[in-house]
Amino acid sequence: MSQFLSTATVVVSNPQGLHMRPANLLVTAAAKFSSNVTIIREGQSVDCKSILGILTLGAIQGSQLDLRAEGPDADSAIETIVDLFQRGFDEPTE
Amino acid sequence: MKFSDFIATQALLPVLGSTTKESVIGELVDALVSSGNVQASDRDDIIRAIMKREELGSTGIGRGVAVPHTKHVGVGKLVGTVGVSQEGIDFDSLDGHKAELFFLLVSPPDRPGDHLRALENISRQLRNDTFCRFLKQSKTGEDITQLLKEADDNHFGS
Repeated sequence: MSQFLSTATVVVSNPQGLHMRPANLLVTAAAKFSSNVTIIREGQSVDCKSILGILTLGAIQGSQLDLRAEGPDADSAIETIVDLFQRGFDEPTE
Repeated sequence: MKFSDFIATQALLPVLGSTTKESVIGELVDALVSSGNVQASDRDDIIRAIMKREELGSTGIGRGVAVPHTKHVGVGKLVGTVGVSQEGIDFDSLDGHKAELFFLLVSPPDRPGDHLRALENISRQLRNDTFCRFLKQSKTGEDITQLLKEADDNHFGS
């Protein structure tokens, strides 16, 4: 199977930060892809398919995160996850 | 943030008696009322809000752990408690397994950062198998208090 790498940088825009609901949305989205997806914050790297992992980032509004996907569908995975961040997980912006 | 910053040690429940999702949430909130961390007049409203949050998606995050939570104006600071069920309780968890370890949190509406830091602490400790095993083996509130203290002192690594 051919391997591809795709990366992106996102900022947590929703006021509540990466609490449980957005973490859940990220896990659900990442699980649809066979690529490994990681989220990196200030050198700490976690699996985007693990809710416990994402919650350990404690990423508040304004946090900058690096996304990295490796696998056959890496581009689509990054595109989908970046979209979630850009929509602020469809939470009210206050 | 450490457990000692938000867990009410007088509200710990090492032996949960409940067998359903709604009753265990009630049992945990009642413990926070008895310990004086939540006002009795807010009890029903807090339980309703937590159940409403559960309808949006279960806070049973897998590994036998659930973190039911809500924001409520009745608390001035983030408060929480811990409960353990030996039999496990069906919590509609994401991985389909019963929940055995419960961390219930009530936070003031204007402090999203505190809520995130509490989730960060809980999830970091729960990734450690030894911490989870010891918590499940806790028999008394003192056992849990000691375990949380050791976690706060980084006995379980990061």
